[in-house]
Amino acid sequence: MFADFPLLSLIIWLPVIGGVGVLLNGDNNPWARPLSLLISVLTLLAALGLYIGFDTTTHQMQFVEMAPWISSYNINYYLGIDGFSLPLIILTAFSTVIVVIAGWQVIEHRTSQYMAAFLIMEGLMIAVFAALDAILFYVFFEAMLIPLFLVIGIWGGPNRVYATIKFFLYTLFGSVFLLLALLYLHHVAGSFSILDYQQVSLSLQEQTWLFFAFLIAFAVKVPMWPVHTWLPDAHVEAPTGGSVILAAITLKIGGYGLLRFALPIAPDASMAMDYFVISLSLIAVVYIGFVALVQSDLKKLIAYSSIAHMGFVTLGFFIVFRIFAQSATGSGAVLAVEGAMIQMISHGFIAAAMFLCVGVLYDRMHTREIAAYGGVVNTMPVFAGFAVFFAMANAGLPGTSGFVGEFMVILAAFQANFWFAFLAATTLILGAAYTLWMVKRVIFGEVANDNVAQLTDINNREFIMLASLALIVLVIGLYPAPITEVMHASVEHLLTQVSQSKL
Amino acid sequence: MIALSDFLILGALLFSLSVAGIFINRKNIIILLMCIELMLLAVNLNFVAFSHFSGDMAGQVFVFFILTVAAAEAAIGLAILVVLFRNMKTINVSELDNLKG
Amino acid sequence: MMTQSLLLTIALAPLLGSIIAGLLGKQVGKVGAHRVAIAGVGISFALSVWVLKLVAIDGESYNQQVYQWLQAGSLSLEVGFMVDALTAMMMVVVTFVSLMVHIYTIGYMHDDEGYARFFSYISLFTFSMLMLVMANNFMQLFFGWEAVGLVSYLLIGFWYKKPTAIYANLKAFLVNRVGDFGFLLGIAGVLMYAGSLDYVEVFAQAPTIAGQTMSIFSGYDWSVMSVICILLFIGAMGKSAQVPLHVWLPDSMEGPTPISALIHAATMVTAGIFMVTRMSPMFEFSETALSFVLVIGAITALFMGFLGLIQNDIKRVVAYSTLSQLGYMTVALGASAYAAGVFHLMTHAFFKALLFLGAGSVIIAMHHEQDIRKMGGLKKYMPITYWTGLIGSLALIGFPGFAGFFSKDSIIEAVHASDIAGSGFAYFSVVIGVFITALYSFRLFFMVFHGKERFDTHGGHAPHESPAVVTVPLILLAIPSVIAGFLIGNMVFGDFFGSSIFVLPQHDVLAHHAENYHGIMGFVWHGLQALPFWLAISGVATAYYLYMMKPDIPARLQQRFQLLYRVLENKYGFDDFNQKVFAGGSRFIGQMLWRVGDRVIIDGAVVNGTARMVGLASRLMRHVQSGYLYHYAFAMILGVLLLLTFFVA
Repeated sequence: MFADFPLLSLIIWLPVIGGVGVLLNGDNNPWARPLSLLISVLTLLAALGLYIGFDTTTHQMQFVEMAPWISSYNINYYLGIDGFSLPLIILTAFSTVIVVIAGWQVIEHRTSQYMAAFLIMEGLMIAVFAALDAILFYVFFEAMLIPLFLVIGIWGGPNRVYATIKFFLYTLFGSVFLLLALLYLHHVAGSFSILDYQQVSLSLQEQTWLFFAFLIAFAVKVPMWPVHTWLPDAHVEAPTGGSVILAAITLKIGGYGLLRFALPIAPDASMAMDYFVISLSLIAVVYIGFVALVQSDLKKLIAYSSIAHMGFVTLGFFIVFRIFAQSATGSGAVLAVEGAMIQMISHGFIAAAMFLCVGVLYDRMHTREIAAYGGVVNTMPVFAGFAVFFAMANAGLPGTSGFVGEFMVILAAFQANFWFAFLAATTLILGAAYTLWMVKRVIFGEVANDNVAQLTDINNREFIMLASLALIVLVIGLYPAPITEVMHASVEHLLTQVSQSKL
Repeated sequence: MIALSDFLILGALLFSLSVAGIFINRKNIIILLMCIELMLLAVNLNFVAFSHFSGDMAGQVFVFFILTVAAAEAAIGLAILVVLFRNMKTINVSELDNLKG
Repeated sequence: MMTQSLLLTIALAPLLGSIIAGLLGKQVGKVGAHRVAIAGVGISFALSVWVLKLVAIDGESYNQQVYQWLQAGSLSLEVGFMVDALTAMMMVVVTFVSLMVHIYTIGYMHDDEGYARFFSYISLFTFSMLMLVMANNFMQLFFGWEAVGLVSYLLIGFWYKKPTAIYANLKAFLVNRVGDFGFLLGIAGVLMYAGSLDYVEVFAQAPTIAGQTMSIFSGYDWSVMSVICILLFIGAMGKSAQVPLHVWLPDSMEGPTPISALIHAATMVTAGIFMVTRMSPMFEFSETALSFVLVIGAITALFMGFLGLIQNDIKRVVAYSTLSQLGYMTVALGASAYAAGVFHLMTHAFFKALLFLGAGSVIIAMHHEQDIRKMGGLKKYMPITYWTGLIGSLALIGFPGFAGFFSKDSIIEAVHASDIAGSGFAYFSVVIGVFITALYSFRLFFMVFHGKERFDTHGGHAPHESPAVVTVPLILLAIPSVIAGFLIGNMVFGDFFGSSIFVLPQHDVLAHHAENYHGIMGFVWHGLQALPFWLAISGVATAYYLYMMKPDIPARLQQRFQLLYRVLENKYGFDDFNQKVFAGGSRFIGQMLWRVGDRVIIDGAVVNGTARMVGLASRLMRHVQSGYLYHYAFAMILGVLLLLTFFVA
């Protein structure tokens, strides 16, 4: 039934066209909010349709659509998804619904434009995950930045111009190299299909150049230490919705890019450079953990904790080479890659929830300084329950999704090298320290000042938003098997790709 | 008999004179305009000389075109000058440095 | 028949109670909340007893998965239950003490605004602890392990307005996380070398793993089994509060007293003991790890006991005695006398819960005054609390016939018979520990119940006995505090535990004693002639002399041994050290990395530095743009000339 139906196109273009529609409706149109919600919910339902129709037994691309786009250069509108893209697409669709709900009352000026920006961004980001043509990928990869740039630039905080420019230049700097690499690969492969790129054999020198091009492009997005400093600034200035999308999806594009390009296209270079990337990842975990500890701004703290958590993603991707070198059995490598994927998805939900919690407080107090809070639990008990829950998830408590990815990656890292696991496991202490110390200062204690005393607990809108996230975090933590199931075939395929030398 | 080289030398002299006039002159924009006209005249002289010595009338036809264009240019230039003076109250070249970086 | 639904009911009944009391607390009201929570735990307890009967009498056991949690490659992580004698005993102990504490809480927390929340937490704790003990694999063990840590965190910080409480709960969680750090690495090691996280499969592989070595620092080959076991034990050190990760337990007394009884005395802190016992098929293959366990346990048993001597907060005295008793259990584990360790775990759960709840009863009567210097002479006002407290104290010091005597004596004998490295020191520690235990226990007992009445009567109200919901649990706990010891024949010297504990023949210190064991009376008779008994008696006598007859001597001793007192007062400086070095140090590192690394180097030099370089270059370049027409004209001419010379010449 779904065989010929262009479901992917629908999921990509429904929010884009819908977003343009919302935009054309004019500002202050009372229908902008319900319409946006409707579009985002429809997109989410369609994305769940992908999950239902997905065949978990094959690593082949599914829901493939192919149409000529710029035929003189053999550039195609070529879409398809595998086990890596599917969870990220659903995550994107879900996050957008949350963002629309989060912006419902909070965004008072240019509401239609705000909603439209997120809807359009949703379509573009899903397209990034679904694109199988390199140029198509690149176009969406860049186009996605525009709405995000506008969101931060228009609805952002006082220092938003600095933050947007920093964010834009950082990512643009990386993507220039990406474009060069893609064009070079076209020269070698004779087509723009990413799947063809993965087939071509390349010398080690070529692979190394390509690898670094990919690494720069995607490391900025992840972000890896030391190209991470745009993230705290962008988060601090972004409105809540912007932070949610930034943390939940944009960072994942970096991880996805490494998985789709760097590892399969340049496996020998990845292997040669694995210590380099592993070192950066471990630095991210430990260094950023310490940095997060001393932040005095709520959003900065969570932004830094995002960087530390994303360190597990890159760590998981690159320890596979060390595991291959250590032992013949492949289950450690599978554990590493799937752990990293789960970490991405789980972080999407948890970081989104953390930023929403900060948003809830910010909407009431208009400050993000930790010192301005204290004893919030006295006036907002329900909110405090959610905040403690998400903080625990952020600290990787078993039973929440935050545990699953970290657990898997640490188990796998031990098989690569004891010290990798040792350093990665410090997150158990550091993660708990920075998160719970923040909880102690913000949530617990006597009511700190009059502003806190006048807080009102979350309303139904906020409750639905946080409760749905809490439910997902809990379900993934208690039963992650359905997510890993869709990945198995793709992970196995990736591991065969990276274990075969292209030289 | 005046040789071609004499004409060319005169043309070059006139051209150099006008070039020098453009960047040695720091006072008056009108002198600048005049220097440009002079430059065109130097070129015209070359045209006429070549035309005469090579027996091709096309060169002299070009001179007419150039003269026409130069007249129009001078008219526009002067008009701009008038507006400039009205706005800036000066046509002193050394004071007109709005493009300074 | 043990079925999955039976075990699921045991585990999930408290969870259900917790959810109802927690989420619907307002709807069901106070009475509804405690009814539903107690019903959940009550069902659990009743069924646990049934399970114990099935295991102990019918000889059944159970080990099956409930659902597959995750699959990665050939590795399958599952949630499942394993019930054998060890588990069944733990289930009964946990649910019984939990049930007592639930009932007690009705009285203790009567006027607290967080009444329903409290019931929700303790039911959640019961669920978590059951998941921990019923696990059949390391993943689920870790789940329960962390979940009890979470509930402990929530409960220590239950009175979230108290700055000390929210400091203590953060500290408890972080110190536990340090232990979990090692524990998780240990699990990772198990997975790497055994290829599975399932208990049965891992234990089957233990002998083969024992021969392997791994290289952590290049050049040194370490036994894999020792590394894994020590890492796992670091987890136990966190949870079971062994030196140097013990620092959280005394502070955890900031929580309500029922919690101190349930979590920080009877059940959660013994999770580490349970875990090591469960892992006995692995620890047995590493003498190094066993020695490590033994020495850590001995240090804890002795040095934490000393601290109990100078504490004046009623709960803290009991807390330090818990630390010391946990040290005893750990010593037993190190000496391969797992059965004795677990036996002490069980008896300790009863009498320590009893002592804590008794302390809570005193605290209620004293209107939440906890300083024992402001108590005294409570015997006549609170007879039930007095007598149950006496039973608890006698059990604690190991008075012959009481539960603690059997378990503690078997530990001491086991250590005596052990010959692994460190057993000499351990034997010395546990024997001296007996005297110390008796001294601080009866110091507390005499200062609270005997002597002058030093309390403030709060406007003429004399203290009175606590209500029945408080005293009934005391009585119910006093019973096993006396008689639980009679099980020694089955549990320590018999084969109650069967295959759930594995001991290598060369380590089997209990077997030797089992031959000499001739019934309870013989054991008591033997105990009466042994050194520990006389040490206990002299401890009690010393306490009586110092605190009843000559109360001025302790003060003079304090004057005389200023330095020693100061050391004890500062708890050997662990807290200051952690506060300054670890807490301060990591904040300092964080500040340095952030201000220097992120802001100055990356942002300052690289990111904004690039921008500044561009700006600087432009500033230099702008001077070319003078704005003067004649400069431009000159540049043009120059350019024309250059091009001419280049192309024409």
